[in-house]
Amino acid sequence: MREAILEERRGQVCVSGAGPLEMACNRDSLAGAVSQRACVFCGSRVVLYPIADALHLVHGPVGCAVYTWDIRGALSSGPELHRLSFSTDLQEKDVIFGGEDKLRAALDELIDRHSPKAAFVYSTCIVGLIGDDLEAVCREMTEKKGIPVIPVQSEGFKGNKREGYQAACKAMFTLVGTGDVSDVPPVSINILGDFNLAGEIWIIREYFERMGVTVVANITGDGRVDDIRRAHGAALNVVQCSGATLELAKMIQEKYGKPFIRASYLGIEDMAESLYAVAEHFKDVDPGIMERAEAVVRDELAKLLPSLEKFRKDLKGKKAAIYVGGAFKAFSLIKAFRHLGMKVVLVGSQTGTEEDYEELGKITDPGTIIVDDANPLELSHFIKEKDVDVFVGGVKERPIAFKLGVGFCDHNHERKEALEGFIGMYNFAKEIHASAMSPVWRFVPRRALAAGEKE
Amino acid sequence: MLLRHTPKEITERSALTINPAKTCQPIGAMYAALGIHGCLPHSHGSQGCCAYHRSALTRHYKEPIAAATSSFTEGASVFGGQANLLQAIQNIFTVYEPDVIAVHTTCLSETIGDDLNQIRDKAQKEGKIPEGKHVIGANTPSYVGSHVTGFSNMVKAMAAAFATRTGHKNGKVNVIPGWVEPSDMEEIKRLAAMVGVPIILFPDTSGVLNAPLTGEYKMFPDGGVTVPELISSGDSLGTLALGEWCSADAARWLDANCKVPCMILDMPFGLKATDRFIDALRTVGGVSVPEEVMKERGQMVDFISDMHQYFYHKKVALAGDPDQLIAMVEFLVTLDMIPAYVVTGTPGKAFERRIKELTKDVPYECQVKAKGDMFLLHQWIKNDPVDLLIGNTYLKYIARDEDIPLLRWGFPILDRVGHQYFPTAGYKGGLRLLEKMLDLFLSRRDRDDPEQTFELVY
Repeated sequence: MREAILEERRGQVCVSGAGPLEMACNRDSLAGAVSQRACVFCGSRVVLYPIADALHLVHGPVGCAVYTWDIRGALSSGPELHRLSFSTDLQEKDVIFGGEDKLRAALDELIDRHSPKAAFVYSTCIVGLIGDDLEAVCREMTEKKGIPVIPVQSEGFKGNKREGYQAACKAMFTLVGTGDVSDVPPVSINILGDFNLAGEIWIIREYFERMGVTVVANITGDGRVDDIRRAHGAALNVVQCSGATLELAKMIQEKYGKPFIRASYLGIEDMAESLYAVAEHFKDVDPGIMERAEAVVRDELAKLLPSLEKFRKDLKGKKAAIYVGGAFKAFSLIKAFRHLGMKVVLVGSQTGTEEDYEELGKITDPGTIIVDDANPLELSHFIKEKDVDVFVGGVKERPIAFKLGVGFCDHNHERKEALEGFIGMYNFAKEIHASAMSPVWRFVPRRALAAGEKE
Repeated sequence: MLLRHTPKEITERSALTINPAKTCQPIGAMYAALGIHGCLPHSHGSQGCCAYHRSALTRHYKEPIAAATSSFTEGASVFGGQANLLQAIQNIFTVYEPDVIAVHTTCLSETIGDDLNQIRDKAQKEGKIPEGKHVIGANTPSYVGSHVTGFSNMVKAMAAAFATRTGHKNGKVNVIPGWVEPSDMEEIKRLAAMVGVPIILFPDTSGVLNAPLTGEYKMFPDGGVTVPELISSGDSLGTLALGEWCSADAARWLDANCKVPCMILDMPFGLKATDRFIDALRTVGGVSVPEEVMKERGQMVDFISDMHQYFYHKKVALAGDPDQLIAMVEFLVTLDMIPAYVVTGTPGKAFERRIKELTKDVPYECQVKAKGDMFLLHQWIKNDPVDLLIGNTYLKYIARDEDIPLLRWGFPILDRVGHQYFPTAGYKGGLRLLEKMLDLFLSRRDRDDPEQTFELVY
């Protein structure tokens, strides 16, 4: 391998502590890159799919529906229509003559059989090219079936996941404002940008309920169409994640005058901060709320902190690498690792913005590698160079970490344990401990050799 | 009940696929290309396709899957993807240094009409393909056929790009294994070596997608068929294509263009199909079958005789790909079992005819559907249940809802490991299938039998 970094990508790799950080991010990936990024459709699909009582129909060739079939453990407490895979399975003749009739027939059948509260119809690359009028078909079916049939303009080639998030937000916004909000109390929020992986949104809702805050809509984990219709009634939108649903919060603010704050439920500080920020917002309406928020944090920390000690003892001084979709998650992870006495030596994201990377430059230790839209060669190069003990990433990064003989924690779709909330910090510490400390790494030639040299 | 939405009444559906039993062409092309040594698959389309295929293959093989993408944007979709592909070829050879780039198209690049051959020639003229390096291409429109079609198209592209007839026979036999696991490819090589026939196996993902952990990340692991071997396949004595759907096109190409005679066989799963494979090897290679192979066969028959009463008339529902299903259905009939329902998402009336033929003497009206889906399979089961499910991980929804044991076999397997390492092809592989099936049946009995009849010895 001549060079780990493509010349054109030099601007997308920085080192913390070497002056102000100027990341050349938010670029399209280079053609020919082994990019870890995905497409617009993928972005829309992951945001909307947890709405469990809606029908999700993928209009396109079969692949797009198959690859997004129940891959993200977005749990539902009730209906599970979202866990099935529906595709118009476009064939060559449809590509030539158009797929509108097929789409109409599919919607007809599915809506009759399942009586969903709404239907989302996802556009794919090919639909964008052959010019099916998705909007017209959806309008027609809305009238015919009496439920909202909503087009999601998510043609893959229109960008990366972030454009997909926006298309999803636009689609959801057509529902907002159509439900009755007369019984929504003044101390009320919507939870945005949480997908209820491993039941996380249930944990967060419970904290808010203990503070006396009513949650109107989960957007979108364990989501329901009727809740989203009433979302404009909530006094505040609490937005997690790097913007998957930020656009929706902005649209609600603009049209209905309801403000939003950004939050993160990962790690101790960010979780507590998020509860306090919500309490702060409502303190004039509900003077006791801050006290109740403090009580939640106090009670939870009293349980959590002693339980972390055993992990901390082993993990102190170990080195971590982070590569995630959105940069916002990385902020929280860096703090969470500090709590475990660990050092983050490499951090990157698929879709971070300039401001995100500036912030990363500020909160990381000097010498930390910061990278945008990385590829496997770069990741493996830096993991070895920095002698990383554990890597946090998603499905495509896991086997790379393991091949290098390095521990791994899935912080993406395939997490099996709730990582949000105070209990999530415990689970995170346990997962990191389980992987970083696993005896298996002693049997890896490269690391066994390195350990031998150190002794 | 996750599948509580499935109604018992079966109605004709033409516009809708529910819970597909197939996926699209490009992923098959990507898997095939990984079976060439030093090859980087390249997806000529949007970024998402490539990310999805890599993720799906990673989940199945638990291995890093490297593949590049042309990263189409709105501009490329209007003006064509030539510029993207040219830049991609240059970047890939500069940074990742593969021996081969295997380009496959997507629905997007197919529809805008990009011509892979013309783009490759342009890259060649512009000096973007270094000396001794190769770019090959296969057309894999996602709206035609299935992932199996894509696999077949890429395998054919390998032959067409490399196979050369010099007129001097190389004394080897080409074996095209089809979309089987790396462990099966290893087993096919082991069997051929035992029979004493030198083979060129392509594609060959063994050593690529079941590579050992060394502490180093290798974008190009040690395994895979080499370019010199592929070139030499034009001089082979003959070609054994295992599976009509996966392998026949490449074999026929070699027959027509390099005068390498071909035999189209079934995939060597189960007793009879393995017998035919061994016999074909023997014939083409002009050798006799050694005792060790006969011993393995004898062990398999021994297993069946020991436990045949537990297989007797057990009803099975299967979903998967045509070549695998044909071999497996034949195997089930050999075991006196009943392949009651058979579904593949891949289109092809010939598949339905073949299954009908294989099951004509089975004491049950077997149902078969090509271009079907798992929703239909579930409906059949709801109308008349079965004792066993065989297929990929997506069948676990039906398995759970209907409380039927599931033998995971096929692609993808997302929730178990072992398929990378333990073959199900050949006689040894057949033993593993038998063991797994028997274990499922008997575990059921151990779980469900009342205390009085709970047995220690089977």
